[in-house]
Amino acid sequence: MSAKKIGDVVLDVKNISLSFGGVKALADISFDVREHEVRAIIGPNGAGKSSMLNCINGVYTPQQGTISFMGQTFDHMDSHQVAVMGIARTFQNLALFKGMSVIDNIMTGRNLRIKSNLFWQALRIGPAQREEERHREFVEHIIDFLEIQAYRKTPVGQLPYGLQKRVDLGRALAMEPRVLLLDEPMAGMNVEEKQDMCRFVLDVNQEYGTTVVLIEHDMSVVMDISDRVVVLDYGKKIGDGTPDEVRNNKEVISAYLGISH
Amino acid sequence: MAFFLETLLGGLMAGMLYSLVALGFVLIFKASGVFNFAQGAMVLFAALAMARFAEWVPGWLGLESKYLGNVIAFVLAAALMFVLAWLIERLVLRHLVNQEGVTLLMATLGITYFLDGFGQTIFGSAIYKIDVGMPKEPVFLLQGTFQGGVLVNLEDVYAACVATLLVALLSLFFQKTSTGRALRAVADDHQAAQSVGIPLNRIWVIVWFVAGITALVAGIIWGSKLGVQFSLTTVALRALPVIILGGLTSVPGAIIGGLIIGVGEKLSEVYLGPFVGGGIEIWFAYMLALVFLLFRPQGLFGEKIIDRV
Repeated sequence: MSAKKIGDVVLDVKNISLSFGGVKALADISFDVREHEVRAIIGPNGAGKSSMLNCINGVYTPQQGTISFMGQTFDHMDSHQVAVMGIARTFQNLALFKGMSVIDNIMTGRNLRIKSNLFWQALRIGPAQREEERHREFVEHIIDFLEIQAYRKTPVGQLPYGLQKRVDLGRALAMEPRVLLLDEPMAGMNVEEKQDMCRFVLDVNQEYGTTVVLIEHDMSVVMDISDRVVVLDYGKKIGDGTPDEVRNNKEVISAYLGISH
Repeated sequence: MAFFLETLLGGLMAGMLYSLVALGFVLIFKASGVFNFAQGAMVLFAALAMARFAEWVPGWLGLESKYLGNVIAFVLAAALMFVLAWLIERLVLRHLVNQEGVTLLMATLGITYFLDGFGQTIFGSAIYKIDVGMPKEPVFLLQGTFQGGVLVNLEDVYAACVATLLVALLSLFFQKTSTGRALRAVADDHQAAQSVGIPLNRIWVIVWFVAGITALVAGIIWGSKLGVQFSLTTVALRALPVIILGGLTSVPGAIIGGLIIGVGEKLSEVYLGPFVGGGIEIWFAYMLALVFLLFRPQGLFGEKIIDRV
């Protein structure tokens, strides 16, 4: 990861607190994400990792705190606005359009970029047709990149889990996001599938300079591919730094191994 | 044999109208998970608007041509359905996002009664004619094959063509346009659709508008056959068994279900009726739906619901 230049802060999360009834999911969490880096959020089950991502994505509204994206500060994010600003995400429990083909699923990621109006689209002539072809070409690149050429027309509901995860990533990539939020992209995968997924994430990060925010609870994977790591435990931030710093952090060790020190 | 064919054709024609109404239900259910009880009221409302605008427009604009008057009336009625879709999203759906299905169902019940009352307040509650120039005279087909031929209403044939055209346009819209793709995406998964920047609110307006247009077409066909009157709303009740038969999430299911119910009603009335003293037509559809609920609750084409436990 030497060629990569880490830039300024693009996403800045400040003092976020989120509770559901009496359960405090996140307590006063702050961290930042710099352009072009791979930033991981790790922590044991129930640490609040997905809640954090859902706050950034606008699915949850935090009770306290602000989130800044590219210099603009928000009390809470709006799902649609987030997509328009260039933040894409994948889902922990696959949220694909199961009845639709792989191509159509990934094409939905181009939705915000399709400009021609409904009337021309329906007639499939002129600019609308050319536009559709251009987007289709882009989607074909993603399909090649993710090595799922053979499954183009297959309804995603019929694909094995590992491939569905790739389609989920492909749909997010089709948005040409500035920031990519990945919610446990390697969950439930075998070693080989994990390696493939790591390769895709790193390639995206290095070739397109896409900033990646990654949630994982598999420590080994995260340490290999991230530039900086935030560690959450029971909704609190217990560590933040480079993988080496985090690895030697006593609190992190005890949270993961459960030993007292 | 000729008589059988006549009954069969009559059933297909009636069934096609059930299909159109059922299609409205399916479109809205697929895209928003709302069981729209107001579909029948929308048929009446759209038909009333069409009938009255066709009456008023020539007077307003001083038009001579009835054809042009009808076209303008159709455009106005369609525009009204768009405003209605927009208002429903603004005033009702937007505030009920992520609520229980039952809550939404009750909301559409409210919309039903509002539309019934409001439509008759502004458009009047008498029986109105819709005259879009459909030919009324019957024709006889296959006179060479059967003695006396098969009696067919030309009006029904026209209606069938219009309905087929509408369904073809809808499937083109759903399968081939990027808006259609967005609609299918919303139908599959709201959250994922939002994450790629598909605006749910706009999609709901579009879906309710499309359902409004199918209601308008169904209302015009039905109204030009039997006149526009309050009983049109009961057509929606006939569409319920159609949906159970075809599956709540399937467009082809709505169409085929409608045809089966239409044909079943007519054939059972004619061929079974005499043995049980008649009146089968009224309850046949519901009995069939009941049988389906017992043995195939997801309908012919509906998605089988598999729950992880």
